[in-house]
Amino acid sequence: MKINFVKFCICFPILMGMSFLLISCKPAEQSGSGKSTIQNKGSDTMVNVAQSWAEEYQNVGLGVSIEVSGGGSGTGIAALIAGTVDIANASRDMKDSEKALATKNTGKAPVEFTVGYDALAVFVSKDNPLEEITFEQLTEIYAEGGNITNWSQLGVEVPGCSSDEIILVSRQSSSGTYAFFREHVLGKKDFKLGSRDMNGSKEVVELVTGTPCSIGYSGMGYATPDVKMLKVAAKKGDTAYGPTLENALNKTYPIARALYSYTLGQPEGTVKDYLDWIMGDAGQKIVKEAGYVPLQ
Amino acid sequence: MPPNSVRFKAERPPPRRSTIAVVGESILETLIRLAGMSAIIFVLAIFYFIFKEAFPIFGSEEFSLGEFLFSTQWYPTSETNVRYGIAALIVGTMCVSGLAVVVAVPFSLGSAIYISEFCGPMAKEALKIIIELLAAIPSVVWGFIGLTVTSALVMKYTGAQVGINVLNGGVILALMCVPIITSIAEDALKAVPDSYREAAMALGATRWQIVYKILLPAAKNGLLAAVLLGVGRAVGETMAVLMATGHAVQIPQGLPFGWILDSVRTLTANIASELGEAPTQSDHYRVLFLTGVLLFIITFMVNLTADLVVRGIRRKQ
Repeated sequence: MKINFVKFCICFPILMGMSFLLISCKPAEQSGSGKSTIQNKGSDTMVNVAQSWAEEYQNVGLGVSIEVSGGGSGTGIAALIAGTVDIANASRDMKDSEKALATKNTGKAPVEFTVGYDALAVFVSKDNPLEEITFEQLTEIYAEGGNITNWSQLGVEVPGCSSDEIILVSRQSSSGTYAFFREHVLGKKDFKLGSRDMNGSKEVVELVTGTPCSIGYSGMGYATPDVKMLKVAAKKGDTAYGPTLENALNKTYPIARALYSYTLGQPEGTVKDYLDWIMGDAGQKIVKEAGYVPLQ
Repeated sequence: MPPNSVRFKAERPPPRRSTIAVVGESILETLIRLAGMSAIIFVLAIFYFIFKEAFPIFGSEEFSLGEFLFSTQWYPTSETNVRYGIAALIVGTMCVSGLAVVVAVPFSLGSAIYISEFCGPMAKEALKIIIELLAAIPSVVWGFIGLTVTSALVMKYTGAQVGINVLNGGVILALMCVPIITSIAEDALKAVPDSYREAAMALGATRWQIVYKILLPAAKNGLLAAVLLGVGRAVGETMAVLMATGHAVQIPQGLPFGWILDSVRTLTANIASELGEAPTQSDHYRVLFLTGVLLFIITFMVNLTADLVVRGIRRKQ
C-alpha cells in the first residue's frame, strides 16, 4: 500500500494541474461566439509576423481573437480549399489549379491581398569565407543535375568543414519558400535529392548555425548574428546585393517576394477589418519590426 | 455446545437483487462487449479508409508500382517531371528503426533484469516510477532534444559533417523504446513463478545462473513480445524521427559504418510532413496513403512473425 501511496502523491498533483488547466482554458473559448474568432493558417515564413499581428490586434480591443498556425503555404492553401480557414497566408502565389479547386469546393473564388514583402536570404555558417553568389551557382548547387558539390569548386575553403562537401539545407515541399526558390532561382528545375528538408524557416537557420559545411535559404527575418547572409546576383557579372531593407525596397536584391493573405470571396465584417488593419500603418509597422519589408 | 462450533443461519432467504441491479448488469455487459468489439470495428474502418483513399492511384498514368517500390526518386511536387519512388524512404525507415532496436534491446532487457531480480525494494520502486515517467515524454520533445542536444554531441564525438543523421535518430528512438520494452519485459520476468527461483536456489544456482538458465527461457514469450512492441514503436514513430534524422531523401552511403552518419527520411516522417499540403484526391495524396498501406503491411508482418515465433516456441515446449 505504501507503493500506491507514493504513486498517488506523484500523480495526483499532476492530474490536479491538468484539470485546472482544462478548466481555465474554457472561458477563453466560450467568449468567442460567431465570427469573433478568425482562423489563420499557412506560411511558416509569415507565422512569426502573423502571431505578432494577432497579439497586437487583441489590444485594439474589438474582442476578436485570431488563431494562427503555420505548416507551410501549401498547408494554408489546402485548408482554404477545404474551407476550414478564414485567412490563408502564403509566401507564394496561389496556382490557378488551386484557385479553381477552391472555387469548385467552396463556391467562392479566393481573393488575394499583398500584406508585405520578404527577401529570401542565402545563409552559410559564420566562418564561411564566401561573400557573394550568383543564381547560376545556386542552380548548380541546388538543382538536380547540378555540378557543384564541393566548396572548393566555389573557390573557398571553409574552416571546420574537413570533407569539403556542400551540405544542402532546404525546406519541405509544402513550403512556399521552397516553391519560390525553385521557381525564381532554379528556374523551375527540381532540387537535388539528399538535401536536408527542414520543417520550418527557423530550423534552417539553426541547422546552418551548427553545421560548418552547410548552405541554406530562408526568409531574412530569421537571420541571427550566428549565420552569414550572402550577397546575391541574378547573373554573373552583375553587382551582388545583400538582403537589406533598402535593397529589397528598391528591388536591387534579386530574390524578394510578396507575402500574401488569401480569403474565400471578398472578406466581410471582422475578417475585412482585420485585413484592413494589417495593411494599415499599425500592421505594417509590425511587418518591419519582424524583419520583413513593409508595403510602403 | 462446544465453544468453537459455528452456527449457520440456514433459514436465511436467498439474496434478492433489485431490478436496477439486474438491468444495470445487462447494460454493463453490453457496454463491455461493445468496447471489446470496437477494436475490430476501428481496425476495419481504418483499413477500409486507407485503402479507399490509396486504391485509385493504380488508375493513374503517372504512377507505376515498380517505380513506387524500387525508385529512389521522390519528386511529388515537381513542375516538370513528377516521380513517386519511395525506395530511399523504405531504406531510411529500416536503418533508423534497426539501429534503434539494436541499441534499445540490450539496455532494456538489462534494466528489466536488474529491476526484477537484483535491486532492492526501494530502488525498484524508484526505477519503475522513473521509467514510467520516461515513457510519458511526448515524442516532439524527444525530437527537439534530437535536433538541438544530441545532434551537437553526434557532431562533436563522431566528426560527422551534419548532426541530424541515422545515428542521432536511432539513439533518440532507442531512448523512446527503452521504457516500453523495459516495463513489459519486467512484467514478463515477474510472471515467472517464484517456485522456479526457489528451486534453482535450493539446487545451489547463483543469481546469474538463475537469470540465465531459468528466468530467460521461462519468460521467452513475454520478452519477445516486449521486443516486438519496441520494434513497432520504432517503425511507427513519426515526430521524433522527422526532427532528428535530417529528412533527406537518399540512401545512406558508406559501408560498413559510414552510413550511420548520413541523413535519411523515413516513411512516417514523409507522410507527416507532406500530407497537409497535398490537395485532397490528387495523385500525391493517394501515393501518401499508399505509403500508409505499406506501413500497415510492414507492422502486420512484424506482428505475424512474432505470433508464429511465439507459437513455434510453445510447440517445442
